[in-house]
Amino acid sequence: MTSNEYHIMATSPRELTQNPLKKIWMPWKNGLFVHILQRRVCMTNCPTLIVTVGLPARGKTYISKKLTRYLNWIGVPTKEFNVGQYRRECVKIYKSFEFFHPDNEEGLKIRRQCALTALNDVCQYLTVEGGQVAVFDATNTTRERRGTITRFAEQKGFKVFFVESVCEDPDVIAENIAQVKLGSPDYIDCNTEEVIEDFMKRIKCYENSYQPLDDVLDRDLSYIKIMDVGRRYLVNRVLDHIQSRIVYYLMNIHITPRSIYLCRHGESDLNVKGRIGGDSGLSGRGKEFAKCLGKFIQEQNIKNLKVWTSQMKRTIQTAEAVAVPYEQWNALNEIDAGVCEEMMYEEIQVHFPVEFSLRDQDKYRYRYPKGESYEDLVQRLEPVIMELERQENVLVICHQAVMRCLLAYFLDKSAEELPYLKCPLHTVLKLTPVAYGCKVESVWLNVEAVNTHRDRPENVDISRMPEEALFTVPAHQ
Amino acid sequence: MSQRQTKLTQNPLEKIWIPSMSSKLYRRRGSSVPQFTNSPTMIVMVGLPARGKTYISKKLTRYLNWIGVPTKVFNVGQYRRDATQSYKSYEFFRPDNQEAMKIRKACAIAALKDVCAYFMQEQGQVAVFDATNTTIERREVILSFAKENGYKIFFIESLCDDPEIIAENIKQVKLSSPDYAGCDKEEAVADFLKRIECYKVTYISLNDEKDRSLSYIKIFNVGSRYLVNRVQDHIQSRIVYYLMNIHVAPRFIYLTRHGESELNLVGRIGGDSGLSPRGNKFASALGGYIRSQCIRDLKVWTSHMKRTIQTAEGLGVPYEQWKALNEIDAGVCEEMTYEEIQDHYPEEFALRDQNKYRYRYPKGESYEDLVQRLEPVIMELERQENVLVVCHQAVMRCLLAYFLDKSAAELPYLKCPLHTVLKLTPVAYGCKVESIFLNIEAVNTHRDKPVNVDVDREPEEALLTVPDHI
Repeated sequence: MTSNEYHIMATSPRELTQNPLKKIWMPWKNGLFVHILQRRVCMTNCPTLIVTVGLPARGKTYISKKLTRYLNWIGVPTKEFNVGQYRRECVKIYKSFEFFHPDNEEGLKIRRQCALTALNDVCQYLTVEGGQVAVFDATNTTRERRGTITRFAEQKGFKVFFVESVCEDPDVIAENIAQVKLGSPDYIDCNTEEVIEDFMKRIKCYENSYQPLDDVLDRDLSYIKIMDVGRRYLVNRVLDHIQSRIVYYLMNIHITPRSIYLCRHGESDLNVKGRIGGDSGLSGRGKEFAKCLGKFIQEQNIKNLKVWTSQMKRTIQTAEAVAVPYEQWNALNEIDAGVCEEMMYEEIQVHFPVEFSLRDQDKYRYRYPKGESYEDLVQRLEPVIMELERQENVLVICHQAVMRCLLAYFLDKSAEELPYLKCPLHTVLKLTPVAYGCKVESVWLNVEAVNTHRDRPENVDISRMPEEALFTVPAHQ
Repeated sequence: MSQRQTKLTQNPLEKIWIPSMSSKLYRRRGSSVPQFTNSPTMIVMVGLPARGKTYISKKLTRYLNWIGVPTKVFNVGQYRRDATQSYKSYEFFRPDNQEAMKIRKACAIAALKDVCAYFMQEQGQVAVFDATNTTIERREVILSFAKENGYKIFFIESLCDDPEIIAENIKQVKLSSPDYAGCDKEEAVADFLKRIECYKVTYISLNDEKDRSLSYIKIFNVGSRYLVNRVQDHIQSRIVYYLMNIHVAPRFIYLTRHGESELNLVGRIGGDSGLSPRGNKFASALGGYIRSQCIRDLKVWTSHMKRTIQTAEGLGVPYEQWKALNEIDAGVCEEMTYEEIQDHYPEEFALRDQNKYRYRYPKGESYEDLVQRLEPVIMELERQENVLVVCHQAVMRCLLAYFLDKSAAELPYLKCPLHTVLKLTPVAYGCKVESIFLNIEAVNTHRDKPVNVDVDREPEEALLTVPDHI
C-alpha cells in the first residue's frame, strides 16, 4: 500500500453495518460487504498436513480420528486420509501379512501408489475443497517416505507436523489389536488367534526398516513424539497456533476406560411455560427427576465420579440431589438468548419475526441480539471438553444447547446437525469410548417432562406466515 | 438423604447459587482452574545459571496468579543474599568451598520451610522453587520434603548451550544484580562465567531413565524443543501449555481503548454505540501514531463491538475481531448511567464497590469472569510478536494487570483513560510501560472507589466519585 492509499483510507473510514445473522460489524462499501477477518483458530492461509508415524497398532488411526473430530468441532475444517483404506480399495482382498513383507516388490509398488494417490487427495482437499488440516494416517516409518511427503508439502506450500507414536508395552499393543484389528475388514472370517498371529507378523515386517524421528537428523522438522501412550512427549519446533493447540490436545487425551454421563437439569418452571433461558428453579417433576438421578448414579456404582454443573439454579438444584461434591462451571451456562431471554417462541415470533426466521435459516451461526450463537457456545465450551478429556468418570448436568454441543463433539456431528440433536429432559446419556468412537446408551429416568425440542420448520423465509414459523413449537402450558 | 429438598440462595456479590445450609458439596470454578485440587504443587526449577530459570519462575507465577491460582516464587539466591554479607566473587560457589556449601544448603532449607508456611498458613496453591537444583542430592532433599508434606512436584529444567543467548541473559539481568552493584561490566561478566563453571562440574541433568517416575518438562534452547514426562494433573498440563507458548523474541504490545463513544459522552456504561466526533479524530490519530512507529508485521485485534472496529478501521490495516475482547457485560445495568444504577439498584451499586473484582452484575459478568474469558487472548498474545489490541476499559484493565502483575484488588481500579495508548515492552523480568496520550480530548470514564461502600450509604456518598458527563 502506498502512503497515499493509507492516508485516504484513514481519513474516510468505511461505514459499518451489522450482519443480521451473526451480528458482526462489517465494513460496507458501494453496497457490498467487505471481507473482514473473524478470529478463527487457523489464522494462517497456510494449510497444515499432519503426518502420523509409527508401527502398526500404535494408535495412529485412533489419534488421527480423534484429532480430526476435535479440530472440526472447534471449527477447523479437517479430514483424515487413511492409506490403509486406499490399499483396501486397491487390493480388494487381504490374504496375509506376506503383502507387507519388505521383499514383496509387487506389494511395495501398490503401497507406494496408494500413498501417492492419498497425497493427491490431500492436495485436492487443502487447495480446492477449503480444507485447512489434512491428517495423513499411515505408518510412514522410513525417512525416505517422510522425505517424499515433506517435499510434496513444500511444493504445495503446506506446513508439515509429524505425530509419532512409540510404544513397546506388549499389553497395550495386545489391547489395540483386540479393540480395532479383530474387527478390521482385513480379517473378516478369521478367528481371534489367526488375527493376532498374522498381525504380529505384519508388525514384524515394518520393524526392520523403522527409522523413528531422530533428535539430530530430524531436528529441523516440526513434530511430537508420543511415548508409551502419553507418559512422555518430545515436542520439536512448534511453528504456529494450530500446532500448539494440537500438541496441547494430544497431551491431554488418554485411553483409560471411563464413562461420561450427560444430562440436562430437571424440568424447570420456565420449561413448563415454554419459555427459553432465564434462571428458574425446578418444577415438581424436575425435583422428582433429581431424586431419581441420585438413585441412578448410586446404582451405577461409579468409581471417583466427578459432577459438574453450570452456575444456573436448575442444574445446581439437580446436582444437590445426587449428593456427590460438584463443581460449578460458568462455561456450562445455557446459551444466552439476549433480548429473547425468558420469551416463549410465540412471543419471539411476534416481537422479532425476522430474527426468528434467520435462526431457522442457520441455527448454528445465528446469534441472538445481545446474546450468543451455537458457534459462540462451542468456543466457550472448549475448555470443558479439554478437561473432560483429562478426566475419567464425569457426570455433566447442563442445558439443552450446551448438551447438544458436547454431544456433537463426542459423536462427531456436523455444525448443521448439532443444533437439532435430540437432548430431551430427564434422560441421561452414558457415553463410553470404544474402538475409534463412542458408545451411547440413553437412559430415561421415567419421570414425565415437557418436550423442549423444536424442529426446523419447512418454511424458513422471512416472509413466512406466523403459523408456518410456529408449526414445530412443542406444546406447553 | 432422599428427602432432602435443599433450598438454594444466590450469593448477592457473585450471584452464585449455594445451598442455604452450609453444604460441603459445592465448589465454584471461579478461575478457569478446577477447585478440587487438594495437594499443593511445588514447581522446582533446574539448570545452570543464566538459563532463564528466574525469568520462567517470575513469568509463570504472574500467569498463575492472574488466572486465579495463588502462586509465589521462592528464589534461593535471594535467601543467600540475605544470609551472607556482600557478594565478593565466584569463589563462593566453588564446589570445594565447605563453608559456603553449608550456607547454601541452609538457605535452601529455609526456603523450603517458607514454602511450607505459604501452603499451610497463606492458602498458597503453587510454590515455585527457583534455584539451580543441579545435583541429584539436592533434588532428593526436595523430593523427600515434598513427600513428607504431601505436595506434588513438577520440575522445569532449562538447558541451553547457545553462547549468544547466555551472553544476552547475563547482560539483561546479571549485570544489574545486587551481587554486581558497583562492578565494572567486564569484571561482572568474567566473574559470572566462572560462577557458571563452578556449577558445571557437578551438574547432573534430569535423566530419561533414572528420573522416569518424576514429573517434569525439559526446555531446550529457549523453546525449540521440549521433553515432557508424566504430567499428573490439570495445573501441570496448563503450566506445560503456557511454557510451550512463551518466547523471548523482542516485540511490542500496544493496548488502547476504542475512541470516545456516543455513550461515553453521556456517561452510560456498556452498549454498542459508535464513535463520537472526537472518537473518530482519535481513530485517525491512532493511525498516524501507528504508522510513525514503523512496526514490523503488526497484528491488530479488536472486539466484536462497533466502537473498537470503527477505531481499527481508521488504521487502514487488516484487523481480527475477537468476541473474547468484548467489554464486560453489565447485565441489567447495560446502557445505564451510574446515577441510574444508584437509583434503581443501590444495593448492587454498593456491593460492587465492596468487591469490584468478584462482583457480578445481575445477568452480567464480573472482572473474574472477564479474566477467564481473556485467557486465550493472553495465550495468543504470548505466542505473537507485535500486536495492537483495541479494546475496552474493563478488558484493558485485565490485560494490563496480567502484564504488570497487578493483584485482583488493584485490577479493577487501574487507570486506562480514553485516547491513550500504552506501549508495553518486555524487558528483564518485567514490562516497560510507556503511556502516549494522542492529544485529543475525551471524557473521563474512571470511577474511583468511594469512601463509603456500605449498603446503607447516602446516594451522594455513592456518586461522589462519578466522573463528569453530559
